[in-house]
Amino acid sequence: MRITFPHLGNAYIAVESLLRGLGHEPVTPPLTNRQTLERGSFHSPAEMCLPFKISLGNMLEGIDLGAESVLMIGGWGPCRLGYYGEIQRLLLEALGKEVEFITLEVPRGNYSRYMVHLQKLTGSTKFDHLRSGASLSWAKLNALEELEILALQTRPREKKRGATTGYLQYQLEQLRAAETVQEVEEILSTASRGFLRLRAREQNRPLRLGVVGEIYTVMDPFSNLRLEERLGYLGVEVVRTISLAEWVKNHIFKKALGLYSLAPLRRLAAGYLRGFIGGHGLESIARSVDLARKNLDGVVHVLPLSCMPEIVARGILPRVSRDHGIPVLSLMVDEHTGEGGFQTRLEAFVDMVQRRVGRLGK
Amino acid sequence: MGSKSKPVYLGVDVGSVSTNFVLLDAEAAGASVVWKKYLRTQGAPLVALKTGLAHMAQEGSWRIVGVGATGSGRELAGVVLGADVVKNEITAHATAALSYDSNVSTILEIGGQDSKLIILRDGVVVDFAMNTVCAAGTGSFLDQQAHRLGIPIDEFGQVALRSTSPVRIAGRCTVFAESDMVHKQQLGVDIADIVAGLCQAMVRNFLSSLAKGKELLPTVFFQGGVAANAGMRRFFEETLAQPIYIPEHYDVMGAIGIALLAAEALAEGHKPTRFLGLESVLRSEVAAQVYECQRCPNACEISEIWRDGTFLASWGARCGRQGRADQTS
Repeated sequence: MRITFPHLGNAYIAVESLLRGLGHEPVTPPLTNRQTLERGSFHSPAEMCLPFKISLGNMLEGIDLGAESVLMIGGWGPCRLGYYGEIQRLLLEALGKEVEFITLEVPRGNYSRYMVHLQKLTGSTKFDHLRSGASLSWAKLNALEELEILALQTRPREKKRGATTGYLQYQLEQLRAAETVQEVEEILSTASRGFLRLRAREQNRPLRLGVVGEIYTVMDPFSNLRLEERLGYLGVEVVRTISLAEWVKNHIFKKALGLYSLAPLRRLAAGYLRGFIGGHGLESIARSVDLARKNLDGVVHVLPLSCMPEIVARGILPRVSRDHGIPVLSLMVDEHTGEGGFQTRLEAFVDMVQRRVGRLGK
Repeated sequence: MGSKSKPVYLGVDVGSVSTNFVLLDAEAAGASVVWKKYLRTQGAPLVALKTGLAHMAQEGSWRIVGVGATGSGRELAGVVLGADVVKNEITAHATAALSYDSNVSTILEIGGQDSKLIILRDGVVVDFAMNTVCAAGTGSFLDQQAHRLGIPIDEFGQVALRSTSPVRIAGRCTVFAESDMVHKQQLGVDIADIVAGLCQAMVRNFLSSLAKGKELLPTVFFQGGVAANAGMRRFFEETLAQPIYIPEHYDVMGAIGIALLAAEALAEGHKPTRFLGLESVLRSEVAAQVYECQRCPNACEISEIWRDGTFLASWGARCGRQGRADQTS
C-alpha cells in the first residue's frame, strides 16, 4: 500500500523505514509549512488544537501525492488525541478522499480491533523482513533523536551562526538514506565528531533550560516556531525531557504488556498533582520538579491553545516555580501565534534567567 | 541642551504604534534625559527612524557614544543604525524603571499594541506576562474610542476623572466593548461615565489577563503611552489599593532602558560604539524587501535589508541562512 502519515518533527525518517519493512511504500508529505497549516486549519473545527490541524494538513498533502492509506496514532484517556484519528477519517471522507484509515493505538480491552488494524499494516509480510525493517526503524528513531540532542548541545557553542542547523540537516539526510543498522551507527559516530568541530574553543557556560509540555508541540519545530533553535541562538543549551523513542517504549511496548508505571512521575509531582490527567500534564509537572532538582537554570513549558491537560499543568507550574526557585515560562501556540511576541518573550525570559544566574553566582 | 558636542547615549524604541528616541547624558550617572522624541511609526519604521534622527540633528549637537535598539522593530533599527545593543522591550522597561527606583517590584506597561506586566524582586525581573494577541487593553483601542467619541486622546483621562458613577462596560473584547459603549450612549448615559467605565474595563482586562496568580507588590510603576491617561492611573490605584507611580518620562521608558543597557555593555567591553554616524544614516537609502524563499518546502518569509543597493542583513530563514538568499534558485 502507498501509506501517508502526519509529521512529527523528524520522525518521518523512522516511519519510512518501518513502512518499507512492512512491505509498503511510504508517501511522506512535504515538510510541514504554512500551506499545510492553512489547509489543515481550513478543514478543521476551529476549537481543535494545533496538532490536529497540522496533521490533517499533512494527510491532505500526502493524499495529493497519491497515498491510498493514512496511518495515524490513537489512544485513550482525557487527551483528545484519542479520537483525532476518527474525526480526521470522517473529515477526509466528507472531502471525498477515498483512503483507508489505519489508527494504531494501544488497546484497551478491544484487542480484536487492534489486531485488525495491525493486520492491515503487516499483511503477509514475512517475519524476517518485518523484523529487520522494525530494527532499522528503531535504530533510526534513536539516532535521529541523538543527532538532534547533539545539535542542541552544539548550537549555543557554535563558531559560526547557523552551522549546527546546516550540519544537522545534512546528517539527517544521510540517516534518511541509510539502509542498514550499521550505516546508522556509522552516521552517528561521524556526526558526534563532526558536531564537536563546530564548537568554539573558548566559551562561558551556556544557560541550560529544560523544555516540558505537550509532546507534539514540544517535538515539532514547525508547531513551536522552532523553539529549540531560537533558544540555541540566544546562547541556551536546551535539555529535552521528552523523547519519542522513550514514548514508543513506554506507551506502545510497556503499556501493552502492562509494564508501564506512572509511579516515578507521581512521586515527583507529589504535592501538586495526584495522578494522570491525560496527555503530558502530569509529566510537565513532574519533569519541572526534576529539572529544578537537577539544578537547571529554568523551564520552558509549551502547549497548544485549548489543550486541557497542559492548561491544568500551566495553572500549577507557578507554584512549582516558587517552591523550587526555578523560573518557568509557559508558551501557548496556535495557528495565530505571532513570531514577534514569541521571540520577545523568549529573549526576555533568557535575559531574566541570565541575570538571576549572575546574581546567584552559579 | 548642549551647544558643544555633548557625549550622549542614544536609545531607540521602535514600536508598532510609536517610535521613541532618547539621548542620555553620558557624563551623568543613571538616566539623565537630555533630549527625547515620541513619533508615530505609522507602519513605516524606516521613515520614523530617519525622521527622528533628523529632528535630533536639528535640535542639538551631539556626540553619540553608544546606541541601543528595542521594540518590535529592534532588529531592523539595530541594523540600520549599527546599534551596540539590541534587546527586547521587557528587559529595557525593567532597566529604565530600576534606574529611577531600585525598589520597583511591579511594572504595568501599556503601549500601542501590547501590554506587559513585569514583576521584579530585589532589582531583578523574576516574572513577566505579555499580551500581544488581544487589542482590548491597549492604547490603540483607547485611541480609536476617543476618536469615535470626538474627545482628543490627551483629554480622555481627564474626562474619565469627571465621572461620578462609571458605567460597567464589557471590556473582554474590543468588539463587545464598543457595542456596549454604543448601547450605553443610546441610553443617554453621560459621556464621562462611559469613558470612565471604559478605563475601568481596561484595568480589569489588564489585571485578569496578565496578573493572574501574581503578587503585585509596591513599588508599582505605570509606564507606556497609556500612562498619560489619568483615569487609568486612578482606577489602577483603586483596584490595587496602593499608589501607582508614573515616572517623568513614562512614554519613552523603553528607549531610556535600552540606552542604559548600551552604556552598560560598552563600559563592560571597553569597546567603541558601532554606530554608523548620524550623517551616514541620514544620507543613505535603506530599503526592506520581504519575500517567500523557494529553496525548500519550509517556504520561510525572509526579510532583507539593503542600504544604497548593498545587502545588509536578512532574517527569517529557518535553515539558519543569514546571507543573501537567492529568491529563485
